[in-house]
Amino acid sequence: MAEKLIPTPSQTVGPFFHLGMARPEWSDLAGGNPAGEKIAIEGRVTDGDGAPVPDAIIELWQANAAGRYNHPDDARTDKPIDPNFRGFGRVATDAEGRFRVVTIKPGPVPGRGNALQAPHINIALFARGLLTHLFTRIYFADEAANAGDPLLSSIEDDAARRSLLARPAQGTSPALYHFDIVLQGENETAFLDI
Amino acid sequence: MTTDPPSFARPRPGTQPPYLYPDYASTVKRAPKRALIPFEHTLSEMTGPVFSDRWAGPDATDLTRQHPGAPLGERIIVEGRVLDEDGRPVAGTLIELWQCNAAGRYHHPVDQHDAPLDPNFTGAGQVVSGPDGGYRFLTIKPGAYPWRNSPNAWRPAHIHFGVFGPGFVTRLVTQMYFPGDPLLGYDPIFQSTADEGARERLISQYDPMLSEAEWALGYRFDLVLRGRAATPADPV
Repeated sequence: MAEKLIPTPSQTVGPFFHLGMARPEWSDLAGGNPAGEKIAIEGRVTDGDGAPVPDAIIELWQANAAGRYNHPDDARTDKPIDPNFRGFGRVATDAEGRFRVVTIKPGPVPGRGNALQAPHINIALFARGLLTHLFTRIYFADEAANAGDPLLSSIEDDAARRSLLARPAQGTSPALYHFDIVLQGENETAFLDI
Repeated sequence: MTTDPPSFARPRPGTQPPYLYPDYASTVKRAPKRALIPFEHTLSEMTGPVFSDRWAGPDATDLTRQHPGAPLGERIIVEGRVLDEDGRPVAGTLIELWQCNAAGRYHHPVDQHDAPLDPNFTGAGQVVSGPDGGYRFLTIKPGAYPWRNSPNAWRPAHIHFGVFGPGFVTRLVTQMYFPGDPLLGYDPIFQSTADEGARERLISQYDPMLSEAEWALGYRFDLVLRGRAATPADPV
């Protein structure tokens, strides 16, 4: 077998990534009026001092409302592709480290083996000071399927597990969820080695 | 039920930078302190955004013709391929690029370096890789610039590259450097990757065959993404 190539090392996006990465229109994943429950997610990114991170950028990847990814490797025919939903988004933080995205709540998706994963949004976070981006997931605190989710179930530390749960706000339309990302310290977000 | 598609390979030790690298001061308050949670890939990690239908907008591969005049600086061609670690081309994936101008100044409000902006240079481009994973940009060579990481620290000339690949876990944002740059030895961002062979991957190669006579110098830069993890070993 041929020798493998070494993958290119990651390097930080630096403080000037907006020049090449800013796509304000990508913060609305639901722009094409996809099927499903429209939701907004707001939050704040903070560092080890609790200070806002004004130069972070978040990418989101999720299944549609039926739980199907718009990707050729998700070849399940029992769940439909939604032609109005790509499932990818991107949002940069503002001067106070805040971000807001609009999307639809994803359906549950298969895990390994016969497991079912609770609805979640896959997150990649880039920033000055991150030599490699960080991966995490947004789950929904009011979702019953969380109890059987393989990732959530594997996290023994209660605070770490809760760091992955977006909290619903009351009486908002569209439904609003709150999800903060803490890079370091007391309430550090659970990041994934994937 | 479904069969799990093969996972993507994990990086070999030392071939990717750590989160905490104190020589790069900004990592100190931003690197997680808790161990990351290992998780086996599922459809969520192995799928990712598809760009082959060009929804992300038209290609912008000539950064020297985005304004009425020509930008100042040394014209360069940057050409290469997106490959996986098994050498297979990664076709139809989005590449995004951004850089400072020839004087070392970004067209960005945060950049207050005392060097001139160039009204004829923005410094951003994008392209979807071709069937062989190939891409090509025409731009100008970016300048070095000072940063306040440590006294009198200068970033080597570099171009930022982002690329997606087939899955969410193949996402890569990196920087391309130029061969023979004396600043590389002093740059903690470049030096943060321990493995020398991996660091070399970040340095483009001057390619006289790529240069265009009386016009532009050519540099070759391949982007290598994570490949599929080894399938069960063949019988020896």
